[in-house]
Parts: sequence; structure tokens; C-alpha cells
Amino acid sequence: MSGVVIVGGSVAGIRTARALREHGYTGSVRVLEAETEVPYDKPPLSKGSVDNDARVPLISPAEGDQLGIELLLDSRVTGLDVEAQRVSLESGEALEYEHLVIATGLTPRKGAYDVAGVHVLRTLADARGLRAALADAERVLVLGAGFIGAEVAALARRHGVAVTLVDPAPVPMARVVGADLGERLSALHRRHGVDTRFGVGVTTLEQYEDGHRARLDDGQVVEADVVVVGIGSEVNVAWLAGSGLGIDDGVVCDGLGAVAGAPGIHAVGDVARWDGVRVEHWTSAVEQAVCVARSIAQPATSTDQDPSGNIPAGHVPVAYVWSDQYDWKIQLVGVRDVSTAPEVVEQAEPFRLAATWRDRAGRVTGGVTVNWPRESVRLRTAAARGGAA
Amino acid sequence: MPILKADLSACQGYANCVVGAEDAYDIDDDGVVVLLRTEIEETERGRIETAALSCPVSALWLEDA
Repeated sequence: MSGVVIVGGSVAGIRTARALREHGYTGSVRVLEAETEVPYDKPPLSKGSVDNDARVPLISPAEGDQLGIELLLDSRVTGLDVEAQRVSLESGEALEYEHLVIATGLTPRKGAYDVAGVHVLRTLADARGLRAALADAERVLVLGAGFIGAEVAALARRHGVAVTLVDPAPVPMARVVGADLGERLSALHRRHGVDTRFGVGVTTLEQYEDGHRARLDDGQVVEADVVVVGIGSEVNVAWLAGSGLGIDDGVVCDGLGAVAGAPGIHAVGDVARWDGVRVEHWTSAVEQAVCVARSIAQPATSTDQDPSGNIPAGHVPVAYVWSDQYDWKIQLVGVRDVSTAPEVVEQAEPFRLAATWRDRAGRVTGGVTVNWPRESVRLRTAAARGGAA
Repeated sequence: MPILKADLSACQGYANCVVGAEDAYDIDDDGVVVLLRTEIEETERGRIETAALSCPVSALWLEDA
């Protein structure tokens, strides 16, 4: 029984390791990462340009040495024995822990589009493969117009590649930003030359000569050199089968990330369901990492107030996610009841926009901004303070 | 005394820092971070540094003067 073992070297795992040291933890800290890459950040993978390598390191081996964080790459964990406090690796090795932090994240789904040569985007290897393919492509077909699909479309257009973007929803982002802003995001794609096929499903997708051919349910056929699927992800919990941990679309945790009925085990990031809510946001992963590290390093004070702030240690504040699409920097904050219309303020030259959602009592619950970071802060602060704006 | 530093050209206006410690960070009308002060007391270092580390593009850090 020794130290902290963190399973997964993405932002949640690495930030947990770093925060353990920042909070004075002196035991061993080991990060097990299935990939062979030194841990890197994921948001840049779908941003930037086709010509740049998307690698933004989360930690270097030298930093790891300096901080006493052992990075064990190419180390896929295949099983957990809660009783023995031990994880087993694909290599046949086993590691004992005093504290286990589960940060295994997500795997993208291909769903019905699991055809040879189809790209998804989750890992650095995916990003490099996609960039290499786009560099030589003339036509790309993007299936799914959520955040990943939209950012890939923008990436491809910036490189001059023709893009067809398909989504079964008539207004793909309406669920997230409401109908009006959703329409404007659809129009943003069209303004940048994307051939949008929204409200249309894919009947068949097959390899065809050097590329792929999709038949849409409106009878149209789309041919492309490159196909990218962005239709969501599933949590990486297969290795926990038989462990006895509660799994329900993620690892079931309390509001501080502790796994119910399994002392010494926490979960953070995309794979973790805290207090009934699972969030796939970078900022949330970082907040959870800090919270769990504090619980492990300073157990007696873990439920105290932040010494100089007002935010209780375990309280996950207001949801926050961003997306770069063409020349729009989109920031989404808090809770938005998209069945109601937001208050919208917008300015031209340069264009920017802020949409505010309120509850029935008039309290700010969340919003969306475009090219207006200052307004996104105002929305986050207002929503965090219970809506007094 | 720790000194707060910012790479203004790296800043993308994500503003996690402001939400983390609004007494040290602000964001201007162009969406770029503004350091409200650069000299940080040891007693508040943890909080200011956590806010700095919440920057998705690592545009903020503390140095020991």
C-alpha cells in the first residue's frame, strides 16, 4: 500500500498530480497513462491550423522528476481490486495504492459510421492523423455538427478544404444555445463556405476508391477524401467491470469526488459523475483535480472553506466551456433553459454578442458570448453568486 | 515576495483566472487579462496560483522575487 496512483494522464489526472504537490503531499505519486505520448492537453487538438502540431504538454518528464511525479506511459490499466487496493496492468504487472484517482476519460463513438479509414478526434495521434489527411484532402465529410464537428469544419475550411457537414438535427447547436443562436451558428458555417446538410441522416457510409461515399436519407450522395465522425463519446470504465464500484454513465462519486463505498478512491474529469452530474469540460476537470488533491493531501481541512475565498472546496462552480469556430470565440456559461429566449446584446465592428438566460425570478443562470470574454466573466460571476447581476 | 506574471500575447480571454481570484485578475474590453497587482503575499499565494494554473493556455505564473 503506497502513495497515490492516478489512472489516466489527461488534464484531470496530471492536474491532480501537480495539485497534490502544491498542497504538500509527500507520498509517491504515479500516473499511469495508456498512450505512449507524454501527457498533453486536448482542447488544442481541434483548434489552430492544419499545419501546426497540436501538442501542448501538460507536464514534461523533467518537471515530473522535479515534482516527484512518476509518469508511467504505455501503461494500460485493465483491472481494479478494491479489497487489495491494487490495479492490474495489461503488461501483467500490478500496483498497490493507498489512494486511487480514476481519470480514464472518454473514447469517441463511431456508432453506425465504424467504417475503415474514418477519423475521430480525441487523442494526439488522432489529431496528427487528421491533420495529415486534411493537408492532402480536397473534400472532407464531417458527421455531427457539435463542438468537435464544428471545430473540425473550421479547421478544414481554414486550410481551403471543401467541407460537407451533416447532422440529423435541423439546427444542431439549438439544444445547447437555443434556436436563434443555433441558427446563427449554422449560418456561420455557411458563410465560411461549408455545405451544411442539417436535419438529414446518413443511410450508408462506405469506402469508395480512395475515399468514402455517404448516402443521405434525402437521397443525396456525398463523396469525400476524408470522413470525420464527431457524434459524442463514451466513458472508459470497462476496466472497472467486476470491481464493485458504482458505474452509471461514469464513476458514481459524492460532491467531493470520493467514490461511494470505496475508501481511498476518487474519480475526476470526464469519467466522473460528481453528485449526479458528469461534465465533459476542461475547467471542471481542473477544478475537480484541485479538490481531490486537497482531500488527499489535507484530509482534515478538505471540507473547510477556501482560506481566502468564498468557494467551498468541493463546490463545483458554474459550468464553462469554449469553442473556437472560424472568427467566433464562443463561451458558454452555466445553465441555459433553451426553451426560453435569452436577452441578447450585440455590437458590430468588431462583432460581438452576449446572450443572458435568467430564471423566473430574474436571476442569471447562464449565457453564451461570442468574441466577448469580459461579458462571459460577468455571466459566470453572476451565475456563481446566485444570479444577482 | 512572489511576483505575478502574464504573457499577454498568449492570453485567449478564457478568464478562468478572473473567476478564480478577481482581486488579482481582470479582463479588459479586448478580452485580454489585466493583472490588478503583481506583488502577491505568501499567505494568498495558493489561491492566486491556483487561479493562474486554471489558465488553459498557461499564460499566467508566479515567480519568486
